[in-house]
Amino acid sequence: MTASLVSAPDLLANFPFPFPTDQYRYTTNVEPARGPVPTPTGVWGERIIDIDSEYEHELALRERILERDPSRYAVLPHMRVAAWDAMLTLMGEMAKAYPDTMSLTRTGDTWHWRNGRLDLSADFVLGDESALPMEPLAYIGSQVQDDIVLLDQRDGDLFGDAGVVTFAADWSFGFDVGMTFLEIHGPVPRLRETGVITRAREFLMRLQPGEIYRRTNWTLTIGRRLDVSTELYHEWGRDRAMIQTVSDDEFGRLVHLRVELQHLVRLCESGAICFLIRTYMLPFVDLATVPEWRARAAAVLEELPDDIANYKGIISYRDRAVDWLKNAA
Amino acid sequence: MSALDLVVTAVDDSVPDVRSVTLARPDGGTLPSFTPGSHIVVQCGDVANAYSLTSDSVQPTSYQISVLKQPDGSGGSVWIHGLTVGDAVSVLPPRSAFAPILRARKHLLVAAGIGVTPMISHLRSAKQWGRDVELLYVHKPGRGAHLDDIAELADNARLFTTRADFLAELPDTLATQPFGTHLYICGPTTFIDDVVAAAEAHGWPPSRIHFERFGIGALDPGEPFTVKLADTGTTIAVDSGVSLLEALEAAGHDIPNLCRQGVCGECRLTVTSGEILHRDMYLTDADKAAGDAIMACVSRAACPELELKL
Repeated sequence: MTASLVSAPDLLANFPFPFPTDQYRYTTNVEPARGPVPTPTGVWGERIIDIDSEYEHELALRERILERDPSRYAVLPHMRVAAWDAMLTLMGEMAKAYPDTMSLTRTGDTWHWRNGRLDLSADFVLGDESALPMEPLAYIGSQVQDDIVLLDQRDGDLFGDAGVVTFAADWSFGFDVGMTFLEIHGPVPRLRETGVITRAREFLMRLQPGEIYRRTNWTLTIGRRLDVSTELYHEWGRDRAMIQTVSDDEFGRLVHLRVELQHLVRLCESGAICFLIRTYMLPFVDLATVPEWRARAAAVLEELPDDIANYKGIISYRDRAVDWLKNAA
Repeated sequence: MSALDLVVTAVDDSVPDVRSVTLARPDGGTLPSFTPGSHIVVQCGDVANAYSLTSDSVQPTSYQISVLKQPDGSGGSVWIHGLTVGDAVSVLPPRSAFAPILRARKHLLVAAGIGVTPMISHLRSAKQWGRDVELLYVHKPGRGAHLDDIAELADNARLFTTRADFLAELPDTLATQPFGTHLYICGPTTFIDDVVAAAEAHGWPPSRIHFERFGIGALDPGEPFTVKLADTGTTIAVDSGVSLLEALEAAGHDIPNLCRQGVCGECRLTVTSGEILHRDMYLTDADKAAGDAIMACVSRAACPELELKL
């Protein structure tokens, strides 16, 4: 079975399948981070920063996207401390998760970072930008597969005031910079009416230093395309029509279940919230090798209300996706 | 939230009635980082008290607190003053309730007495990150705490040994801050009230005024009131000097709680009718305005009877 996978084996083994039941609705589905979740193929969720076989490829992709479109990166001036804070915190998480290849140590005021997987290292003092090859948020952004958004908490609200986001699922970080948490989520149907988003905000504002929670979100994406940002809609938008015309074989290879494993970290020094979005993609043809996942995904998509399917941009091929999954049995 | 089991590694009694205690892990390992202005809740024998952290905040190997001896308090400070090097101390991890504002143009810190403690970590952080900060500190002659730290960390500190001298300079200080300055106040209740009133009189909006009361003597005992339990109709009297939490416990109700000082959020209860006198630091202004939740450890009724849903 494994031999016929489109994806590398670890992408199936560590896939964070997002559906606990046959029905999906928006909920404030947060839970404490770091608990391993066993699945039919393996496990996910053991670490905050997860590095897989796509690491080098995705980092190279991020670098190209940032070169082409610098608006994917922003740090408003007051977020400088939060950017340093995020960098140091994520380095610590990486060192904990991958002690054989990564380390963060300290001699007096000088920190020593080593990322053996990328064969790079840095010695730096907090607050001294000159010791790093680039700004701290850009530097850590070039070493994790996660998109990063830093939220400032002030005046009883949260503001998306810094980030590096190259793998957005149909949203635009450059457009959202400086917005409140509720404004950023404004386009999502049902969130306001159900109180889900205000509850999420209240929850986030109460996170204490060092606390880390996680949640998942999902959509479908055509092709293994990480950058489906609004900025590039003109490139990928037409795929939603194209996908209806392809053969079944190609449908299963092209349509991916896209899962965001999001971590919410209250940074200690700045008090900002570090919002990590790690995107995993699995083509239907690989998903269908796991009978439980195939049946569950079919049930969720079939039952999904039209407004949510429309918002996720999948309503035009949702029925075909359901049929494909059912027929793949 | 799991407690940290620490040991006392140093005590410093150089300021009369103030003891600074250094705590560390038995193995000297790294402690959780904390946000400037954070406190830890220390289990002091039978009582748990919150104390501001005055030491380094980034992946530290020790925590420091400074505690004023209050012989007629609940016993926590006396317990701290009885500690010696090597004693075991259990603390809850740092909690942040008095954090700097990243977008503030300037932080104006105003402290009295032992209320200077949360300002020390603010000063450290301001120096580390080059933030504009000014400190006004009023203390009794010969009883200033952390004066060495202030000299090292603050270029812009003014110290006063009488309340009158301080009050003489306060109006001009409040009137001449650049827009975007945030005011932080910590000290005895009357001191906080005076500074807040002065700031409001100078047009400071509430969102720019931050204060911290805990650790500075007890809250006033409050008026007696009764609570009615919505489920059973039972009525329980809460006397002056007895907290709602204590009254409920005495009546046999098991209410989750940790700090018993309006900080941790554990003893939040649902109020179904009656006006609340909020005295906690946990609920947000919006929560308080909504009027449907009360922190039973410190807050009381602002009317003769409150109805609760347990």
